[in-house]
Amino acid sequence: MASLPTTAADIAAAVSSGTVTASDVLEQHLAAIAARETDVHAFNLITTDAARQHAARIDADIADGKPVGALAGVPLALKDNMCTRGVETTCSSRILEGWKPPYDATVVQRLRDAGAIMVGKTNLDEFAMGSSTENSAFGPTKNPLDLSRVPGGSSGGSAAAVAAGFSAVSLGSDTGGSIRQPAALCGVVGVKPTYGLVSRYGLVAFASSLDQIGPFATTVHDAALVTEVIAGHDPMDSTSIPQPAPNLRSAVGQGVARMRIGRVTDLPGGAEPEVMKRLDDAFEALAAAGAEIVDVTLPSIEYALTAYYLIAPAEASSNLARYDGVRYGLRAPASEVNAMYGATRAAGFGDEVKRRIMLGTYALSAGYFDAYYGKALKVRRLIADDFDRAYTQVDAILTPTSPMVAFAFGDKVEDPMAMYLCDVYTIPSNLAGHPAMSVPFGTGAHKLPVGIQIMAPALGEVPMFRVAGALESAARGLK
Amino acid sequence: MTSPTSSSSISAADVIKVARLARLDIDDAQVEHFTEQLAKVLEHFTDVDALDLSDVQPMTQAYPLANVLRQDVEQPCLDRDEVLAAAPQAQDGRFRVPTINGEA
Repeated sequence: MASLPTTAADIAAAVSSGTVTASDVLEQHLAAIAARETDVHAFNLITTDAARQHAARIDADIADGKPVGALAGVPLALKDNMCTRGVETTCSSRILEGWKPPYDATVVQRLRDAGAIMVGKTNLDEFAMGSSTENSAFGPTKNPLDLSRVPGGSSGGSAAAVAAGFSAVSLGSDTGGSIRQPAALCGVVGVKPTYGLVSRYGLVAFASSLDQIGPFATTVHDAALVTEVIAGHDPMDSTSIPQPAPNLRSAVGQGVARMRIGRVTDLPGGAEPEVMKRLDDAFEALAAAGAEIVDVTLPSIEYALTAYYLIAPAEASSNLARYDGVRYGLRAPASEVNAMYGATRAAGFGDEVKRRIMLGTYALSAGYFDAYYGKALKVRRLIADDFDRAYTQVDAILTPTSPMVAFAFGDKVEDPMAMYLCDVYTIPSNLAGHPAMSVPFGTGAHKLPVGIQIMAPALGEVPMFRVAGALESAARGLK
Repeated sequence: MTSPTSSSSISAADVIKVARLARLDIDDAQVEHFTEQLAKVLEHFTDVDALDLSDVQPMTQAYPLANVLRQDVEQPCLDRDEVLAAAPQAQDGRFRVPTINGEA
């Protein structure tokens, strides 16, 4: 068993050609889960039996000479805010505990059709609201690289699952950095595609104009492969872009010769010096690989965090109105319906979710709508305009993914603004609807991984993956 | 006409009102806790208030698509029994809820 492949691309190639079985690959991952999951707590649910049956079916298909998909036999973990028919989907919230969706998310269907094998549903900050997974109703996930530290969030379980070898790849969702920041803190690759590139059908909604599904992987090539499988038009999502999935794997090895890469001269401060050092190293590596480094300005992004923390809660307050104890999930006992609503929501939601629902309700309420929500939407426009100007000069922009490496549990839970600052570099891409990804690039304080963020214009996944491939190559030579 | 600003900080009375609008039961200790935390977050909005945004169009959507419609033909829908099986209470093919407006 020692020579089993570990990347998704190698697993799929070996399983398809019959050199290894999907069942052997799966057992290796289940063994990793058995050895460390008690410490890491990446999962809300492990679907061992269903995974074994699925792997056996794939092996039988291959033995029968039937065609299999691009991810045949690849163990996959899914963030527990994506609907899986008949399999509990909780969003790490008491209000949805025990809920079994009556349908599959489009991404779940596409991954299954491609032959990926779901090993479990991963932990998250409740309803994807947080940057550490400490807001999970079922207890935090720990960073597999240092169990005293957070894995980031909100997709902390999906990042930790890949970093710990529990699955070859995983899916997360990213509303303000919830894929990229945990990817950076756990030392893996994380991608937030262009808004609309990947269907949101079956993703439990947090902030609908910002949410986007994307992959975690150990290599840039694997991230490209999974993005190709899940991308492309879906009639079930009216915000889905009517275009086929792009070819991204071919971009990874293309290099960055003659590409123009933006350095933001007015980047908001506050990042750890070791993180900024790695950003300098990244620019140096890309210049050495033939890219031209160009200074750009994004003067409005200093307002991005403020705008985001009104827009996202406003949308959340509306989306989370559906948890009322009527159609699914928790219902608190009460003799009258209004009392039932109030008691159910008080018992079912955690503090951060309540905070955001109230903030959003306030920002949308009569007398405050123009002052808060209306202005935040105008700031969103300014930020998108800043990017449009910058992308006339450059093909992609580099920043740190997170201002800091993985932090200790409890450091930021009592101060919402300190936690929100984790997303200062990731939020602008969500507001603009642009693609962005995090690639591990050396280490910072405490020898913990640093992630570099690559941002690109809408549907600029190809140039983004070119830069990612070059950074991944350069990272191998870092001290 | 001057546009309203967000300069006035959120009060405990605002928090009580907002919690009622959001159908969230909260106790006195939580009112105090949330008032303090929400005020801290909203404080940052004074930076935005200082901007002149009079000529800026609000951005409501990340990728411009309009009038996305499907063909008006029958499609399979969710299985009723499967949907109702997830409900806290169901009866005769419907969701059952507690008394509304005092009617039994």
